[in-house]
Amino acid sequence: MFLKEYFGTIYKSIKSLLVGMKVTGYYFTHLDEIKTEEYPDNRATLKMFDRFRGEVVMPHDDNNEHRCTGCQACEIACPNGTIKIITKQEILEDGKKKKRIDAFVYHLDLCTMCNLCVVACPSDAIVMAQNFEHSVYDKKQLKKILNQPDSKLMQGVE
Amino acid sequence: MRGLIEDDYVTDEGEFVINIGPQHPSTHGVLHLKVWLDGETVKKVQPHLGFIHRSIEKMSESLSYRNFIFATSRMDYLAAHINNEACALTVEKGLQLEVPDRAKYIRTILAELTRLQSHLLWWGCTGLDLGAVTPFFYAFREREYIMEIMEETCGARLTQNFMVPGGVMYDIHPNFQKRTKEVLIQIKSKFQEYDNIMTGNVIFENRTKGVGFLSKEDAISYGVTGPTARASGVSCDIRKLIPYSAYDQVQFDEILGTGGDCYARYMIRMHEMKQSVSIIEQLIDNIPEGEFQAKTKNVIKLPKGEFYQRVETPRGELGVFIVSDGAASPYRIKYRSPGFSNLSALPLMAKGGKIGDLVAIMSTIDLVIPDIDR
Repeated sequence: MFLKEYFGTIYKSIKSLLVGMKVTGYYFTHLDEIKTEEYPDNRATLKMFDRFRGEVVMPHDDNNEHRCTGCQACEIACPNGTIKIITKQEILEDGKKKKRIDAFVYHLDLCTMCNLCVVACPSDAIVMAQNFEHSVYDKKQLKKILNQPDSKLMQGVE
Repeated sequence: MRGLIEDDYVTDEGEFVINIGPQHPSTHGVLHLKVWLDGETVKKVQPHLGFIHRSIEKMSESLSYRNFIFATSRMDYLAAHINNEACALTVEKGLQLEVPDRAKYIRTILAELTRLQSHLLWWGCTGLDLGAVTPFFYAFREREYIMEIMEETCGARLTQNFMVPGGVMYDIHPNFQKRTKEVLIQIKSKFQEYDNIMTGNVIFENRTKGVGFLSKEDAISYGVTGPTARASGVSCDIRKLIPYSAYDQVQFDEILGTGGDCYARYMIRMHEMKQSVSIIEQLIDNIPEGEFQAKTKNVIKLPKGEFYQRVETPRGELGVFIVSDGAASPYRIKYRSPGFSNLSALPLMAKGGKIGDLVAIMSTIDLVIPDIDR
């Protein structure tokens, strides 16, 4: 009785190991089942999803115009103080004074990509870009000004 | 810190004192365990916390009701969706806001996908802790498909921040349903593979069966929740007891075990994965049309009072307690995290066992250290 139990355990143990080995053996012989991609080598084919949050950018059109009115809704919505909007007074053609953005300062080093600023923006001025390679040698480079030099507010956006 | 780490190495009773962590692969994070040993037998275990305390609760007091949710993604980072959902549900409870059905369904599907990926990662890590490296790769292969669903619909893989008070941030991606169904078929076909490679394995069974016993009475008195408590026979599934979101629309079983040992805890999670798949299958084709977000005011102000909401995360019961004084930001926030209570039962489970069993117990409790410290 003891011997039967003893050899039974050995048989069961070896069988369980072989069942496990069968799985690893299957993948060892079926190389087309391997799904791994090697990241820096696949840059040409790597495409992130449209909604992927890489960094906040401000799209400009061909006339170097953006949609940011400087309402500071994103600045209030940001939990980390990532966005700082500096405004200026601009005199329009008809002589009226209007508030316009001077600099849209974006601290990428503080950003957690929570998307709350993009949701808060009433005029769709900022969007999330898919770029995720943010390494730089100097952290000062992570402080970005999103509006391009000499850019203007798009016509019809208030 | 000096007092914690550099103690006498041998006590007066002849017990040897060693420190596991805070930087040790088997603690899954910065947890420090001080262990008193007699030979290889564990006499006493003392967990020391605080290495990853980020003061999320205090920080939330200065943020608005819309903003404080993002920080909870960093608590239990494997169940970020469910943490966010808990916060959103609490705020909705305070506002007495009715969430559209579509949002409820999306929330439930995403929460179950989160549970599935968390359990998959746990399965891989348990293998890693017990000396099997291969399961880790197989678990991560399937987990990657779920991460892709998250990335496509929510925009992020781990810290999604997709739940907002009133619903979800965006509508689901057009590919969401198709991709989810594909992934479910893929995962279902792999369950047998998981069983073959780990569950029946003789080394795994010997290291987990009868190890780290936790009785039903102890589980209740220590406040243990989640699969750890259900393995001891405690019925504590919040999804069943107090259904939230769309859990009252689906049929699923609360898996209860009786063993109370590491193997029982393992089996509970393996069965829970199958339940999660069945929950998603019931919901994925029936997502109702309509709004995905209820209208809320620009500045959310909760009425004066106290609000509490419990949800079931992959690790157990998460409670969010908000005290409001009527202002635009909470007066006080308290998170009842599952990991903290589950860890409190670790010294009890490990006592009298071998030091190798301590690692098996830790991995089957499924500790996530940022969840314990917050």
